[in-house]
Amino acid sequence: MTRKRRRLLVLAVALGLLGASTALVLSAFQDSLVFFYSPSDVVAKGPPGDRSFRLGGLVEPASVARSADGRQVTFRVTDGANAIAVAYRGILPDLFREGQGVVTEGRMLADGRFEAREVLAKHDETYMPREVADALKKSGHWKEGEPAPVGGRPAARP
Amino acid sequence: MIVELGHFALALALLVALAQGTLPLWGAGRGDRRLMGLAAPAAVAQGALVLAAFAALTYAFVVSDFSVALVANNSHSAKPMLYKVTGVWGNHEGSMLLWVLILAVFGAAVALFGGNLPPRLKARVLAIQGLVGVGFLLFLLATSNPFLRLDPAPADGRDLNPLLQDPGLAFHPPMLYLGYVGSSVAFSFAVAALIEGRVDAAWARWVRPWTLAAWCTLTMGIALGSWWAYYELGWGGWWFWDPVENASFMPWLVITALLHSAIVVEKRDALKGWTILLAIIAFSLSLLGTFLVRSGVLTSVHAFAVDPERGVFILALLIVVIGGSLLLYAVRAPALAPGGLFAPVSREGALVLNNLLLSTAAATVLVGTLYPLVLEAVNGAKVSVGAPYFEATFVPLMVPLVVAMAVGPLLAWKRADLSGAMGRLWIAAAAGILAALVAAWLSGGRPVLALLGIALAAWLVIGAAVDVAERVRLFRIPAGASLSRARHLPRSAWGAAIAHAGTGILVAGAVAASAWKAELVEVVPVGGEVRLGGYTYRLERVDSVPGPNWRAEQATVTIRSGERTVATVHPEKRFYPVQAMPTTEAAIHTLWVLDLYVVLGDPDGKGAWTMRIYHEPLVPWLWIGAAIMAAGGLLSLSDRRLRVGAPARRRLPAGAARA
Repeated sequence: MTRKRRRLLVLAVALGLLGASTALVLSAFQDSLVFFYSPSDVVAKGPPGDRSFRLGGLVEPASVARSADGRQVTFRVTDGANAIAVAYRGILPDLFREGQGVVTEGRMLADGRFEAREVLAKHDETYMPREVADALKKSGHWKEGEPAPVGGRPAARP
Repeated sequence: MIVELGHFALALALLVALAQGTLPLWGAGRGDRRLMGLAAPAAVAQGALVLAAFAALTYAFVVSDFSVALVANNSHSAKPMLYKVTGVWGNHEGSMLLWVLILAVFGAAVALFGGNLPPRLKARVLAIQGLVGVGFLLFLLATSNPFLRLDPAPADGRDLNPLLQDPGLAFHPPMLYLGYVGSSVAFSFAVAALIEGRVDAAWARWVRPWTLAAWCTLTMGIALGSWWAYYELGWGGWWFWDPVENASFMPWLVITALLHSAIVVEKRDALKGWTILLAIIAFSLSLLGTFLVRSGVLTSVHAFAVDPERGVFILALLIVVIGGSLLLYAVRAPALAPGGLFAPVSREGALVLNNLLLSTAAATVLVGTLYPLVLEAVNGAKVSVGAPYFEATFVPLMVPLVVAMAVGPLLAWKRADLSGAMGRLWIAAAAGILAALVAAWLSGGRPVLALLGIALAAWLVIGAAVDVAERVRLFRIPAGASLSRARHLPRSAWGAAIAHAGTGILVAGAVAASAWKAELVEVVPVGGEVRLGGYTYRLERVDSVPGPNWRAEQATVTIRSGERTVATVHPEKRFYPVQAMPTTEAAIHTLWVLDLYVVLGDPDGKGAWTMRIYHEPLVPWLWIGAAIMAAGGLLSLSDRRLRVGAPARRRLPAGAARA
């Protein structure tokens, strides 16, 4: 096999792989992209149909409640302008607290509640998911430069 | 005073690195031996200076000097000593200092062990290493100085994030950084080779040990991080396809590819340009990983509070390093003389396939990781790319890779007999079918894809054994002769087979843990019982327990199978008062083929507690597999032909010509 033919073969295999992986990427994007909505987005645009999406904002103070059997937790996620009721079954992450930023993933139910499949954990109390920070700024709930509207200590800035 | 000395040492290191990065490069261009000779002592001095700075910072943490801002923000006098020390890199500034330390120490190691390198190449390699050091030292001193003082000093510190006060995570960053930064040596060699315009077998022999060392530590670093996430986060997951995880996984994929293509350069003098490119990409992805983690541009479940302004500096560094090296590559790579020819079905061909699949996989991970950033920049939409994307793109690429992994080592160089190799693998194919049947019997035959995964894992493990058996001609010559061949088999051959077998074990763990995980969430009164699978969990009691810098609600749970008591475990909810932060300590009882994973949730206020129980099949195999992979890499590293500083001469035992 000459050098030229070998190169052609490697090129053909590489192009084949590139094509296959592009197809894989595109088809996977079709149904695994998860969009982020703030409560105001949900009110303004409506949820993305049946698809699952991320809902983020602050946990509204005094909104967390447990069902009688203790398995389901309900709370409201707010961005200061609008709020959405969320229902979740399972153990909440350690850093889940009223008044703090939260991102949940799930879908809208017919009765206008959001059924969360997952409540995203975070590792650091001062960490505010960027989407939540942006959503709060957009709704005028938080301006750049002010301390974040969360409980606990101020962000460490050594 | 010691802290100021550390600061001074760091500033001095910057100047030394500047000299190391410029003078030898100039000297190598002019053929000036005196200037070239400056590189090695400068590299050693830079290593010593950064080490001194790191020691000074460690001292400040150990004695809890709260007049240092970094210590006050990340440590506490009541913290156990282990976490005082590991707290040095449990924050942005300290972890970047660790990054620079490893970079400088690697440079010093090249200077000390690279005695047999041609002086010109050595000067250039060390100069490139020095230039990378300049960038990061500037970054440290300008934006993330770890030695800033606080006035007045607080009485006590704010403590380290409790999630980081954990043995698994204590050593995760150093291992990960050793891998990341280890790829800088391969990068420096690649850029030096481009400047020289020459790549040969000797070059590959110098690059391989560094790449292999980086690969081993990166493998262990990723495994430690995954293990930590598994037991510490209390979610029972071991891989989330999170941006921060992908940031370390992409360099791993490319370094794995580089490891294999460097073999082809060494043995067959082919794939030179590609190998150089891989070395550049591996380090670029390491830098990109540092940028993604340190800038906080991506939302991650593992994200910590970060400062975006620093991201801009790393981004600029990223552009200079990647842009500069790729430009150099575009100009100089066509001049590299092409090497040996080979047929598509050959060892080289198999290694090319390995490279194509691994780099394609790295590319799909890169696309999925960066897509949210690009989309937001284009139209402002906020999206996240979740695990389904990565599973749908990554897994199909890994299937052919695993199939080929067993075949490749059996193929001869240049031109090979595929049907002969497949014939010798009949036992591996049989083992695969058998394993799938056993898995089907245990699981009820579902899901079919998981059965295929188990079959592939067995195929790979037995395939690696067949590779060794073929090399020692087991059962075809007398057993004593086989044993003697086994003893004389190069360690790199043993290492490769062991690492491949480890990969098979890891694949089995990943498949089983994804497909057959069982989960139960229940509110259990004290004294109550829940059942999952064949096991009964009884919540005996919940006690308050004090710790050194936390207090905990500790449950006692008895696990029984039928009448037999399997284990008594103690899941906890801890509360760290200094940071006002709770953490979950899951209790895991491992049966080696199954983990029983118990999490204590919140009390309902009426004497009952939420409990979450997972059955995680084969999860321990993930860590065992990764450890075996790293052990194989280390064994290969101890091969005398690869040993750093070993003479370049090759001395193969007669029977190991196939190695």
